[in-house]
Amino acid sequence: MSEDHDHGHDHSELSEVALRVRALETLLVEKGYVDPAALDALVETYELKVGPRNGARVVARAWTDPAYRERLLRDATAAVAEFGYSGRQGEHLVAVANSPDQHNLVVCTLCSCYPWSVLGLPPVWYKAPSYRSRAVIDPRGVLAEFGVTLPATTNIRVWDSTAEMRYLVVPERPSDSEGLSEQQLAALVTRDSMIGVGLALSPVGSAS
Amino acid sequence: MNGAQDLGGMMGFGPIEIERNEPIFHATWEKRALAITLATGFCGLWNGDIGRHARETLPPAAYLSKRYYDIWISALEKLTVFTGMLDVVELREGKALTPPREVPNKLLAADVARVLARGAPYDRPATAPAAFAFGDTIRAKVMNPTTHTRLPRYARGKIGVIEAVRGAFVFPDSNAHGGGEDPRWVYTVRFTARELWGDEADATVTVSIDAWEPYLERA
Repeated sequence: MSEDHDHGHDHSELSEVALRVRALETLLVEKGYVDPAALDALVETYELKVGPRNGARVVARAWTDPAYRERLLRDATAAVAEFGYSGRQGEHLVAVANSPDQHNLVVCTLCSCYPWSVLGLPPVWYKAPSYRSRAVIDPRGVLAEFGVTLPATTNIRVWDSTAEMRYLVVPERPSDSEGLSEQQLAALVTRDSMIGVGLALSPVGSAS
Repeated sequence: MNGAQDLGGMMGFGPIEIERNEPIFHATWEKRALAITLATGFCGLWNGDIGRHARETLPPAAYLSKRYYDIWISALEKLTVFTGMLDVVELREGKALTPPREVPNKLLAADVARVLARGAPYDRPATAPAAFAFGDTIRAKVMNPTTHTRLPRYARGKIGVIEAVRGAFVFPDSNAHGGGEDPRWVYTVRFTARELWGDEADATVTVSIDAWEPYLERA
């Protein structure tokens, strides 16, 4: 299967991993510990159902409905559950809102804690040493690599997810987005903007 | 433990591997790695903290060079052998040679949606009043346990302010080592970058951690 031939340079090493995964899966199924159909259902969930579109809908609602925004910032787990999003790696959600004075950035220096219920599975870079090591000591440098330059006076607030709280950044609503529907607004909310390494898209730049 | 997982403040890893339009999975094996990790964890022979500890006890050179799903798989190999679900010969040969052991649960396809939607909340009733309150100034303890902990090295010995009292949660330092859930209060503690990194640090930056009460002392 061509999909087993990974991107990247360490081809032989990755093939070795693929073989180990296959051996494990075969054994776990053969010994009756896991249901192969459950494995497919797990993959399908995170490929097709749970992803950053969830979080984008939450943010768009927070932009358009002040009462919802207030509920989200007070108890994000409950406010997100209003959309039917709940569960694994979203049991204890905290929403943090950007403002002209403060930009929020989320990291897990110790592993890969991430709000799955609203953002899906984390990207590779979020789990990699380069991001995890630098987000807490050089957040402006990290943001610059993502193409985000903030005024030198903007306070940067880094949230290291060292316990069971999972953080969702509510980016600032772009200026010139008046009159857009909630659905149109949700299309401006990128995954990166909800981690804090990006900003919401401008409706002008993203219009197609 | 002071393992390779505790990365905050380290240097030299190079630029962030940003990938435009990154796919959810980069290979079939990553999908299968995710699925077997979740499904095998559901069998109930270990908890999430034991799982994290199995990952952070990989040799540092291995931890730092593996793809993240390979870290998961390496830990899963350790845990399945350690708990007697599989043995090393089976893993090497890729075929079952011994009868299965009993496990508390099995995740069935029909239950996946419900189980994921329920998740596994880690908050628990508090067994004592919270020792700290919003606005208190605290010091993160200097401690270097050889066992699992979630107090990152960069915060140890540093003075911060309690910004939120989150409630009582399963205490990983205990739960990872068979000591039971032993719920403790968790606080969001905010530090200035200057406190953490020195006078040269950016005065506009603050960093918070979420810390269990035993990690903190009054400053």
